Amino acid sequence: MGIREELLKIIERNSRIDLKELAVLLGAQEIDVVNELQKLEEEGIICGYHTMINWEKTSVERVTALIEVRVTPQRGQGFDNIAERIYNYPEVQSVYLISGGYDLMVILDGKTLREVSTFVTDKLSTLDTVLSTATHFILKKYKDHGTIFGTKPEDERETFTP
Amino acid sequence: MRNPLAQKVVEIKPSGIRKFFDIVSEMKDAISLGVGEPDFDTPWHIRDEGIYSLEKGRTHYTSNAGLVELRQEICNYLKRSQGLTYDPKGEVLITVGGSEAIDVGLRAMCDPGDEVLIPQPSYVSYEPCAVLAGAVPVIIDLKAENEFRLTAAELEEAITNRTKILILPFPNNPTGAIMEKKDLEAIAEVIIKHDIYVMSDEIYAELTYKEKHVSIATLPGMQERTILINGFSKAYAMTGWRLGYACGPKEILTQMTKIHQFAIMCAPTTSQCAAVEALKNGDDDVAAMREEYNQRRRFLLNAFREMGLDCFEPYGAFYVFPCIKEFGMTSEEFATRFLEEEKVAVVPGTAFGDSGEGFLRISYAYSIEKLREAMSRMKRFVEKLRAEKSA
Repeated sequence: MGIREELLKIIERNSRIDLKELAVLLGAQEIDVVNELQKLEEEGIICGYHTMINWEKTSVERVTALIEVRVTPQRGQGFDNIAERIYNYPEVQSVYLISGGYDLMVILDGKTLREVSTFVTDKLSTLDTVLSTATHFILKKYKDHGTIFGTKPEDERETFTP
Repeated sequence: MRNPLAQKVVEIKPSGIRKFFDIVSEMKDAISLGVGEPDFDTPWHIRDEGIYSLEKGRTHYTSNAGLVELRQEICNYLKRSQGLTYDPKGEVLITVGGSEAIDVGLRAMCDPGDEVLIPQPSYVSYEPCAVLAGAVPVIIDLKAENEFRLTAAELEEAITNRTKILILPFPNNPTGAIMEKKDLEAIAEVIIKHDIYVMSDEIYAELTYKEKHVSIATLPGMQERTILINGFSKAYAMTGWRLGYACGPKEILTQMTKIHQFAIMCAPTTSQCAAVEALKNGDDDVAAMREEYNQRRRFLLNAFREMGLDCFEPYGAFYVFPCIKEFGMTSEEFATRFLEEEKVAVVPGTAFGDSGEGFLRISYAYSIEKLREAMSRMKRFVEKLRAEKSA
């Protein structure tokens, strides 16, 4: 196995890591790391470098909603066409095709409850292929992308001998 | 009044690590690189199994040797990782940490005056446990030029007609040294020739960064003269659960179980239930932790290289053992000044035996952020010492 998988695991947690240090951690040459990163970007495996933000701690008002959407798949297109219609809205964060009781999971960021509900009633529900929607507002984020929001745990290991 | 104490116990020196930790706990913003336990918490699914066992009311004693299911899982693990076959009924004992297995093993095997060979630097319990078992500890000083591996010549030289057991502590705390198959083969030859036994402390078996750990018990003729000791503390980050085990010939394990039965009764049931889950479904957790330890290991070795500090590459456990002889001070002097002037705690190599003089044990059971800060302080300190010396 090359350095690829281990590299991805490290930068998934810390994309700002210094290249030189990244090479040290992987036991690889810096130039090889640079090349691998470039390849991963070209192949679309690394799709972006984002920052985890706990917006609740800022003064910015934001609401996030998970919307379950049931749709009618189209002949020859399946769900792809309708998914594209939805993900093109900039306020839509994520769109997933889901197994189970509904088809698409849409994650939406809005400034206010009203903004989110307007999107659902005016834009989403009015699409021809959309059969029904169910909107869930997020009340509190505890953990996102493997990161726990809240106070950082302290090192509680007690001293002991030996 | 009569002296209430046993002379044998009074004469045992307290562990040398303590002193530094006492200072560290008083000091604000001190960074400790001294702790010998994983910084990871026990993986959740293992903790969950412990909780579930409590909910189900599994709050009773287990059999003296431990849950049969756990003993079976241990045998399965040793089969798949080492190709070793043990009988869960009679050849396995679940203990309260690997430490109890060492204690009970030595007590079961030593008559007064029997000599126990202890390669050092090594874990601080072997020597007192041997003394308490009535044996005579005989120290073998390992050498930096051998990367702190035990050589056949060193072993041969230490053997007398009273020698009963060799303790084989690899992967090693504090040096991080490992013994590879070829090293073990040379040792095994001497062991068999002199008809002695091996107590192989393999608690760090899962934490190796070169090749997979090889147990000396796998070599021809060795399983019948080896007590293999391992446990859950290091591999699964389960130090607080206090759970280890010993495997070996039935004749010896029967006597060990006898002592364990009278002294301890059985290892904690909750821990045993959790350990079954660890062995069944914990391989991925171990791999993930190993990968992270390895990154930190590389980070420290690179930091020493940049400081120009001499350090052999250790391939096991979670310690590095850099040499500080160039500064012309003892390990203890170095560690004391480092703590006072830069507020970083490391353990002097001498805490693990006289042959640790001139070395420091640095643990990498710490986050990379902490290690980064500690290494920048160390660099500053080392540069200061060099400037003092040349002035």
